[in-house]
Amino acid sequence: MHFRTQTSPHMTPAHNVGQVMRRVLYALVPGTLAMAWYFGWGVLINVALAVVLAVGLEALMLVLRRRPVIPTLSDYSAVVTGWLFALALPPLTPWWVTLVGVGFAIVVAKHLYGGLGYNPFNPAMVGYVVVLLSFPREMTLWLPPMPLSEVSFGPMQALAAIFLGQLPPGLTWDAITTATPLDLMKTELGRNLTITEIRDNPLFGDFSGKGWEWIGNWFLLGGIALLFMRVITWHIPVAVLGGLAVTAGLFWIVDPDAYASPAFHVFSGAAILGAFFIATDPVSASTTPMGRILYGLGIGVLIYVIRTWGNYPDAVAFAVLLMNMAAPTIDHYTRPRVFGQKPPRRENGGTP
Amino acid sequence: MSDISYREINANGFWHNNPGLVQLLGLCPLLAISGTVVNALGLGLATTLTLVASNVTVSLIRHWVRPEIRIPVFVLIIASVVTAIELAMNAFFHELYLILGIFIPLIVTNCAIIGRAEAFASKQPIPKALADGLAMGLGFTCVLVALGALREAVGHGTLLADAHLMFGEAARGFGLTLFEEYRGFLLALLPPGAFIALGLLIALKNIIDARLQKRQPAHAAVPVEAAV
Repeated sequence: MHFRTQTSPHMTPAHNVGQVMRRVLYALVPGTLAMAWYFGWGVLINVALAVVLAVGLEALMLVLRRRPVIPTLSDYSAVVTGWLFALALPPLTPWWVTLVGVGFAIVVAKHLYGGLGYNPFNPAMVGYVVVLLSFPREMTLWLPPMPLSEVSFGPMQALAAIFLGQLPPGLTWDAITTATPLDLMKTELGRNLTITEIRDNPLFGDFSGKGWEWIGNWFLLGGIALLFMRVITWHIPVAVLGGLAVTAGLFWIVDPDAYASPAFHVFSGAAILGAFFIATDPVSASTTPMGRILYGLGIGVLIYVIRTWGNYPDAVAFAVLLMNMAAPTIDHYTRPRVFGQKPPRRENGGTP
Repeated sequence: MSDISYREINANGFWHNNPGLVQLLGLCPLLAISGTVVNALGLGLATTLTLVASNVTVSLIRHWVRPEIRIPVFVLIIASVVTAIELAMNAFFHELYLILGIFIPLIVTNCAIIGRAEAFASKQPIPKALADGLAMGLGFTCVLVALGALREAVGHGTLLADAHLMFGEAARGFGLTLFEEYRGFLLALLPPGAFIALGLLIALKNIIDARLQKRQPAHAAVPVEAAV
């Protein structure tokens, strides 16, 4: 019998960028479908529109920068950027908001900084923050989740709302839109209601917003799949959700009527999506094991701080961008010890 | 240095050594006040006036001020000029004065002004110091107005709105609406928009410079080849 001997590595990791990005896309599918289930066709149209725009703008920038177009496009990174950006949008966002956001994400945040691998900030989140700051009205057009909504939008009606700004006859934006659970929590707490009173609102489900908690669960499933496919490591998601839950838990224990529970915080808004898909962006995140934990903890704590005391109901984008800024410094101070070397001494040499 | 021509002074002020695009001085008013064309123009002209007056005064006393105490003397001169301009604006352009607010007294801290006093006016005769103040100030104003126009057009969809603040009641109709039913692009009016727009202007200047430089050796190469 012939035994073939093979030199190491014996387990080849997958990995070119295209393969990694494709796996991220597969993992996004269940959460996206859940979101479409609860918020209607608009979600899918947003995703399709953002992906098409992202790929188109990426191609345009590559041509302008005289880089090879096809090899770079086939790494799917623009698709991931567009898709993640679209998931942050309300379901019936007008098309020009998507255009501006994707434009900033691809052109400014990605290509002006040198393209894939050189961007210090997460492009999708830069795009989202730009439109969130610029178009406050359009960015709050959230529909109520499916079990609560009285009107259902078919695909054609959703297309008309997104591209022409036309609603089916007899409806107005004010009539069909509603606050998100995080939004509601914030305004009602501002009116000095207690959490128990706020939770009587039909928007709230078992432990978070109705619909939102299940969207969170499906994204969680996709995120765990990413862990098993070894696209990401456990450090960042665990640290983000841990940082958020522990901070929320501390305040909740002190005063459960004035501060929402950790479960509410973890399962509302974009926390889970952010922890598994956005904070783990390999380019803009920290890269050392210890650094990733600190980076994730920072994001988790910042999400809680901005949600609770800031001006905006959700904070994943702001928290991620702020920690993106800190990532190079974190990496500098958490360089792992090289095997066989003594721990690095302080640069300034002298001991106090 | 003392034989610098007026042509060079102008070229430096408006292009090669522009305080806004090249020296990157006075960024605080440049970014804070450039939300609309009228605000930008008002602050730009106030800065120009300050620069001219302080340059002339500094040049006038350049033989009598000892180098050890020159900086405090410059600061005193600039502060008195700015105070006078502030009071004058309060009297003649009261509404504009209210909008520009703290940024008029803050002209004192604009590094472009003390920079010109130290680097140029304290070593040059009065006419050249005056020309330099004018060129630098108008160069700064151009950048401010360009930035203001960019931000106003993108942010509000208008140009020269509220022109009556600057030019009197007759100018109320100067305002142009570029886009009907424009929803506004808030980012352009916020501080990040100012930074992004300034970055784009600097990039534009660098592109033009690179183009010019590329053309330069081509011109120079022709006579050399002819000589061979």
